[in-house]
This record gives sequence, C-alpha cells and structure tokens, in this order.
Amino acid sequence: MTTLVDKSKVPWWVSNLIVPLVNLTLALIVSGLFIFIAGENPFEAVRLIIFGSFGYIEGFAYTLYYTTNFIFTGLAFAVAFHCRLFNIGGEGQAYIGGLGVFLVAINFSFLPVPLVWLLSIFGAVLFGAAWAFVPAYLQATRGSHVVITTIMFNFIASSLMVFLLVDVIRDTAQMGPHTVALPKEQWFPGFKDLAATFGIKIRYSPLNISFLLAIIASFFVWFLIWKTKWGYEMRAVGHNTQAAIYAGISPYKNIIIAMCVSGGLAGLLGVNEILGVHHKIVAGFPAGYGFTGIAVALMGRNHPVGIFPAAFLFGILYQGGSEVTFDMPNITRYMFVAVQGLIILFSGALENLFRPQIESFFVKKLNHGVKI
Amino acid sequence: MEYLSDIASLINSTLRISTPLVFAAMAGLFAERSGVIDFGLEGKMLAAAFVSAVGSYFFGNPWLGLFLAIIACVGLSMLHGFASVTHKGDQVVSCVAINILMIGLTTALAAAWFGQAGLTPTLGNDERFLEITLPFANSIRDVPILGIIYSDILSGHYIFVYIAYLIVPVVFWIVFKTSFGLRLRAVGENPSAVDTAGINVFSMRYKALAINGILIAFAGAYLSTAVNANFFREMSAGRGYLALAALIFGKWHPKTALIACLLFGFTDALQIRLQGVELPTIGTIPVQLIQAIPYVLTVILLAGFVGKAMAPKAIGQPYIKER
Repeated sequence: MTTLVDKSKVPWWVSNLIVPLVNLTLALIVSGLFIFIAGENPFEAVRLIIFGSFGYIEGFAYTLYYTTNFIFTGLAFAVAFHCRLFNIGGEGQAYIGGLGVFLVAINFSFLPVPLVWLLSIFGAVLFGAAWAFVPAYLQATRGSHVVITTIMFNFIASSLMVFLLVDVIRDTAQMGPHTVALPKEQWFPGFKDLAATFGIKIRYSPLNISFLLAIIASFFVWFLIWKTKWGYEMRAVGHNTQAAIYAGISPYKNIIIAMCVSGGLAGLLGVNEILGVHHKIVAGFPAGYGFTGIAVALMGRNHPVGIFPAAFLFGILYQGGSEVTFDMPNITRYMFVAVQGLIILFSGALENLFRPQIESFFVKKLNHGVKI
Repeated sequence: MEYLSDIASLINSTLRISTPLVFAAMAGLFAERSGVIDFGLEGKMLAAAFVSAVGSYFFGNPWLGLFLAIIACVGLSMLHGFASVTHKGDQVVSCVAINILMIGLTTALAAAWFGQAGLTPTLGNDERFLEITLPFANSIRDVPILGIIYSDILSGHYIFVYIAYLIVPVVFWIVFKTSFGLRLRAVGENPSAVDTAGINVFSMRYKALAINGILIAFAGAYLSTAVNANFFREMSAGRGYLALAALIFGKWHPKTALIACLLFGFTDALQIRLQGVELPTIGTIPVQLIQAIPYVLTVILLAGFVGKAMAPKAIGQPYIKER
C-alpha cells in the first residue's frame, strides 16, 4: 500500500503533465502490442504516423483539420462532464448540427455570405443543442440515465438522417444518399486558398477557417466554465449536488444548460464538415469524431488548455493512422479506434494507477529526502 | 387460421431476438446489484461474438469458442473491476473505454487476420450451434393450438434460447434466496455495513463481475455462432445498452427485467415484420424510421416508468475502506 501524498505539496506539473504523459505512454505501449499482434512492426507504424502527420505540408494540414473536429467534440464532452453528465451523444448531436448548418445555408442563400456563415454557425449550435435537450430534460426530470438516452439518440439521429437523405432532401440527380451542394460562394475558404493569396501553391487539404472557430470555442468554454456564474453553478452541481441544492443552485436548470451547451459545441463539427469540407450533407459524416471527443476530453483533463494538445495528438493519430493504413495492409482505421479506447482506459479509468507512486516520488525528490 | 401462424411466428422471433438481451440483462444485474455500473455490456458482447467466432473457426468446435469467449469476457470484467473497484477509477469511463476498445480491436483484428473488412470467415454447420427440434415436434404439429405452441413456438430454437429463459429463475434464486445473493445485494446497497459484518466488499464485487462476464459471453456467442455464422463489425448494434435499459426498466429485478427484454424483443420482431408493409391510413413507413422504433421505445420506457430511487444505493461509488 502506498502512503497518501499531501496534495498541496505536489507541484502542478507533476499531476497535470507527468502523470498524464505516463498514462499516455502506457496506452501507446499496449497499442504497439496490438499492432504487433495484428502482424505489423509497431516501430515502423510510429515512423509512418510521424511522417504522415508532419512530413509534408498537406499532411500537416490534414492533422490540423482532424484537430479542429476533436476540439469541438472534446469541448462538448468536457462541458457536460463538469456537471458530471456523460454526454456520449456527441455523434448524434454533430449529425443533427450538420443538418442545421445545411438548412440555414441553403434557405438563406440570398443574404450576404458572412451573414449566412454566422447564421449557419448559429443553426449548428441550435440543432445540436436541441438534440441534446431531450436527454437532458429526461435526466433532469425523470432521472433517465443520460448515457443510455444519448446513445439511443445517436441511433435515432442516424436513422432519421438516413431517412431524410434517402427520402426527403436527397439530391435526386445523383445516386448516393447526399444532398445538393451549397452554392460555391458559401464554402469556407480552405488552407489552400489562403496559401494561394500569399502566392504559395499547395495541394488540397480539408483544413479551413473552422480551425479559428475551434480556437474561439475553446476560449468560450474556458470563460464559461471558470469565469461565469453559470459555469460555477454547473461545476457545483457536478461536484456535489446536495451541497449545490443547499446553496440554492438548481441541478435541474444546470443539467439542461450543460447538456445544451455540450450539444451545441458538438453541433459545430457540422460547420467544419459541411461548410468547410463536403459542402453538402453526406450520410455518416460524423464518422466517430463524437466518440473520439470522449478520449480527447479525458486526456485533456476537461480543460481547454489540455483539450487543445489532446485534440492535436488525436489529429496526429488520425492523419498518421491513415498513412499507416495505406502502407500496412494488416492495419485498418479500426486499430486507431482501439487506441482511443486504450487512451480512455489509461488516462480516464486507470488514471490513479501510478499517480500515488509518481506524486510521492516527486515530492520526496523535491524535498531532498526530507520526511513529510 | 392464417393469423394464428402469423402470431406464432411473431412470438417465435420475439423469443429469439430477446435471447441476447436476457443474457446481457442478467449479466448486468449481477454487476449493478453489487454496486458496479456496467455500461460495458455492449463491448463485452462484441468481444464474446468475435472470440467465439474465431475460436470455433480455429478449433472447429462452437463449445470451445464459447469457452474462450467466457474467458475473454471474464477478463474484461476483471479489467473493469481492476479500474473501478481496486483503483477507484470512474466506472462509467471504464465502461466507455471497454466499449470503444472492443469496437476497434475486434474489427481491427478481424481485418488483420482474415482480411475481409472486419468479417470473420463463415462457419460451417459443425462449427456453429444449430437449431434444435424438440422431440415429436413434427408429429404433433397438427394438434390444434397445442401443436402450434409446441412445434412452432417452443421447438426449433438454438440451445442458447432455452438456456436464457431457464437461467432467469436461477438468477432469481441466487440473488434472492441464497446467502451469496443477500451479500451481493447488501454490497450494492450499503457496503460499509457489509464490511462491518466481516465480508470483503472487494471480493464480493469481483465475484459479481466474474458471473457477469460468464453470462455476457453467452449473449455474444449466440450472435456470432448461432443466429449468424460469423462475426461482423459492430454486430451487437446497441443490444448491450438495450439490455441495460431493460434492467433499469425492470428495476434491477430478474422477473421484470425479463419482461422488459421480451418487450424489446417483441418490438424488434414487429419492426422487422412491418418493413415494407402497407398499413391502413398511414401507408408504408420508411424502413429507416421503423428501425429506430426499439431505440425510441427505450427512451420512452426510461422516461416514463423509472423512479429515481430504485437503483442500488451504492451504485457507481467506489468503496473506500476506512482505516
């Protein structure tokens, strides 16, 4: 049994930097083992991942494009988690958020483009929040566990969207289940276009100005959670509901606010995917980003400052991972879904595995062996 | 008499579809009654489906496949226990980790080993479980009513179906009539009182998780070595969550959980029959919307009937032994 460490003596960088890095390393070691079991060389896989995500400018742009998505979904999970709610419905909220973007953009195309963009972003937030509202309301009033209801809402969103894409808003001139494309002037300027204005010629990548939106969203979440009364109330409810009630804070209201903000953030994924990349709704565009957001948030310790590097790391894994799947026939993208699971396991559920040992090691070291 | 055989086939498929839900709900019951949340049923079911399909394929024996699936699921349950009982990590996070890990790993390994986009090879008849025709089923089919009940509803299922419905009274007996069951429930309600009485809370929770692993393995093996003849990507399709919803709706009680499972199974059976059928006044409902019915029903049931205070009191809380 390890002795408990006086928390106030542990420097912040040990608990917020060293411990997460150790956990991440453990997750990556086990991932390497899986890659080995699948019949490939893990060290070669690491080389491919680094080359794929940093080795050339378009690869790096892809990395940042994935980062954008993971920032949105990571922030979404984190906001709800501060109220101790497990919003694992980011996938469905993003899907419906995309519907909001598209419907606003196509119906308000007579307005000036920047205004359409603003309204579309608003549409994404509104639709995503609305999809989170029902599970939130049921959790708050009926105690229906939000994990089950949000998962069910993912399935329902998927059915609903396929129905809409097949029967209602399908581009009838085309075969696939997708809508017509938005007018070209509404498309978000991509990294390629921006580079071209500076006279640099690069090839296509899906990176676009949504990346800036992700940074704005990060500041918004930081401000909301740590600098406003609402954020304080949400954290109070999450930390100790009974105490919050005594302090006159309504858990009912805060559960709904936290979930709706969370759903709205997940909906922003639709902005990146619809205005920035596909320019139309394609079936299944959230592609698991919603679930990855859980791993991102847990790794980033639910703080925007942590979520940004965590999202970047997952961007590297995704982009580098697709490089790996090109070169290694035995590895599919599902291997990287497994890696996500391992990261959630080691930096979420097993985060206390080595924490006491590491913390007491550093406390002793820093106090030069003085017994505390 | 046409509608009679329609009803018989609907009941028949209800029993069939509910089977994995029943195993999963009983598995969840043991974990949750001991105070450990188990959202990981979904991931464990996938793991069992994958392992049993691969095991049967390599060893040519479905029972060996089932045995390996049990080992895999008990292992995952122990991992869940290691994270959430021993290390007092967050139980829901641990479950989500197991689910995502299994979605990824099963498909990735299937692709790596068999190269068929996340499928395992199709099992031959001697490598999987087959439907069992009960004795005299064919000879008494023509007896009115009784013949239909015996030959068309009760006969002709996989062995899992019979095990599932026989296991429910066994679970009831263990949980409510044995001292083990009493301790199990006490650990989930008031662990410190149980600890005071000299019973080890941690080992009780680990035992509950071990039973949980064994039961959930049957659900997965049923999917990949009985109703289907191979494993395919994400084949559990939310059944783990449905089972958990049934357990909650059934107020953590085997009998009511069974009824909830049958209700889900019935809705799913009905859903399959409704596809492409022209209904009076409504017309044909699009397939995608019909397929969403069980999920919508889950939400409605959870919202409409579950009181707040029914869950085991200590659920989700790691037990911290005072010194």
